[in-house]
Amino acid sequence: MKSDNIEKVLGLLQQNARLTSEQLSERLAISVDEVDAIIVECEKTSVIRGYYTLVNEDNFDRQRVRAVIDVAVEPERDGGFDRIARNIAKFSEVTDVLLVSGNFDISLIVVGDSLQDVANFVSSKLAPLRGVRSTRTHFMLKKYKEAGFTFEDDEDYERLKITP
Amino acid sequence: MNDSKSPRNRVAAHIRELPKSGIRDFFELVMSMDDIISLGVGEPDFVTPWGIREATIYSLEKGHTSYTSNLGLLSLRQQACEYVRKDFGVSYDAESECIVTVGVSEGLDLILRAILEVGDEVVYHEPCYVSYPACIKMAQAKPLPLVTTEEDGFSLDPAKLKSTLTDRTKVLLLNFPNNPTGANLSRDQKKEIAEIAVAHDLIVITDEIYAELTYGERSPSIAAFPGMKERTVFLHGFSKAFAMTGFRIGYACGPSDLIDAMMKIHQYSMLCASIMGQEAAKEALKNGRRDMESMKSAYLTRRNMIVKRLNNIGLPCVNPEGAFYVYPNISSTGLSSQEFATRLLKEERVAVVPGTAFSQEGEKHVRCAYAVSTSDLETALDRIKGFVERVRSENKTSPGFRKHKKDKVAIAN
Repeated sequence: MKSDNIEKVLGLLQQNARLTSEQLSERLAISVDEVDAIIVECEKTSVIRGYYTLVNEDNFDRQRVRAVIDVAVEPERDGGFDRIARNIAKFSEVTDVLLVSGNFDISLIVVGDSLQDVANFVSSKLAPLRGVRSTRTHFMLKKYKEAGFTFEDDEDYERLKITP
Repeated sequence: MNDSKSPRNRVAAHIRELPKSGIRDFFELVMSMDDIISLGVGEPDFVTPWGIREATIYSLEKGHTSYTSNLGLLSLRQQACEYVRKDFGVSYDAESECIVTVGVSEGLDLILRAILEVGDEVVYHEPCYVSYPACIKMAQAKPLPLVTTEEDGFSLDPAKLKSTLTDRTKVLLLNFPNNPTGANLSRDQKKEIAEIAVAHDLIVITDEIYAELTYGERSPSIAAFPGMKERTVFLHGFSKAFAMTGFRIGYACGPSDLIDAMMKIHQYSMLCASIMGQEAAKEALKNGRRDMESMKSAYLTRRNMIVKRLNNIGLPCVNPEGAFYVYPNISSTGLSSQEFATRLLKEERVAVVPGTAFSQEGEKHVRCAYAVSTSDLETALDRIKGFVERVRSENKTSPGFRKHKKDKVAIAN
């Protein structure tokens, strides 16, 4: 299993996780068996952690409320921010958790059905956690780009249909 | 009426004699149709990377809207020479050995006009970009086509080159990676060709516009081989690698006497390339490599796709080593290249370019450009498969069918 083939398979799957092994094989000029072996190996070693679908909720009637929340945390003698970050990640309302540099230590994204829902999560679940010093909540108003995909199409521009 | 004053004779003889493109009618047919998938476009499907567009806008905001030096912005020439040194293995002096042109097209025209006299011969390989023989004739010289073959992988066989040369051959014109075949030259071939050029005292013009889109090993430019720098004019530009066709920026590097001669024509006819395009080109060289690499890897996945499918369909093709074209052999369908392209367009709404656009010997081939999205490419290939299967079954059921069909779809030339 060549490491640059692994990188190529991962690169294409990151752009489109629905590509079949046959399509990957055709586009990368490697055998279907090798593609399958790479994917199995990457799943087994957790290099591939999952596959999910990017949904543009603006074009869908079930819009949910999202907030980016910065959290300042008291680091712990053993493990620094790890324990609290892991505990925050366990809440089902939380979709993303990042350890960051700067004035705050942890950034997370929370999703709820309403503004109130998210506010309740912050006041009753997040802020009271042991070690959390302060939080700053930014409600998300609009998403323009995620994981390399823009959420609005550029205006179509017609190229010449045929050129030498 | 005096014949010499009739409108037909107002046009200079050497222009009058330029052949009209044999596929002009086909091009017009394509242009008149909507809702087609075109594999006929010789330019990237990507929009110029945003970083380059943004830098161009910024230069406009700063008011960079003037003429530049005839040779082009010195800062761009310096960056270009540095790029050529690193990526092509040959060093040029930015002040005297480099000129910025309006695309490689202008660069080619300049160098041909600068060096050719009536009676001189230029050897070039066919199939090739459509403008080569015409530009040679416009410079009043004689084009000497050397046909490259499928058996040679459409690469230039040094032995055949040798046997094509005559006493009047002054110039060898190369274009690898090649439009329309995607063929490339190996290091050894370059070495042999270079030796022939030195032995015959040829000037070599090398159009390397597709160089960045090389999928295998990338060897140095032929200009970097012994004895070559002083006889080679290296033509390059930004259109293909950086998806900047509309900016119209190219450059030529070569010995100072030849660059100087090109400059003379350029200063009187063009003055300079547009400063907006030159500013964009600077940004491309400064920060564009990442975008270029990611476009290249997209072309590579598409190449793998199209080559495998065409071979499976029974339209064998040489695996292209560069550019974004593949040149399948369609002779098994029994159709000529124009028939194939016209019927595919009308029946399946997929455009490809007949091989006859690129060579008098192009009858067995069509050019498919894979500078289209993978989803369009998938659809186009499904349609080509359906088309080829239908043509084959027609051929089986009615041996006389082909002739009949030909009459029906024949396009006036």
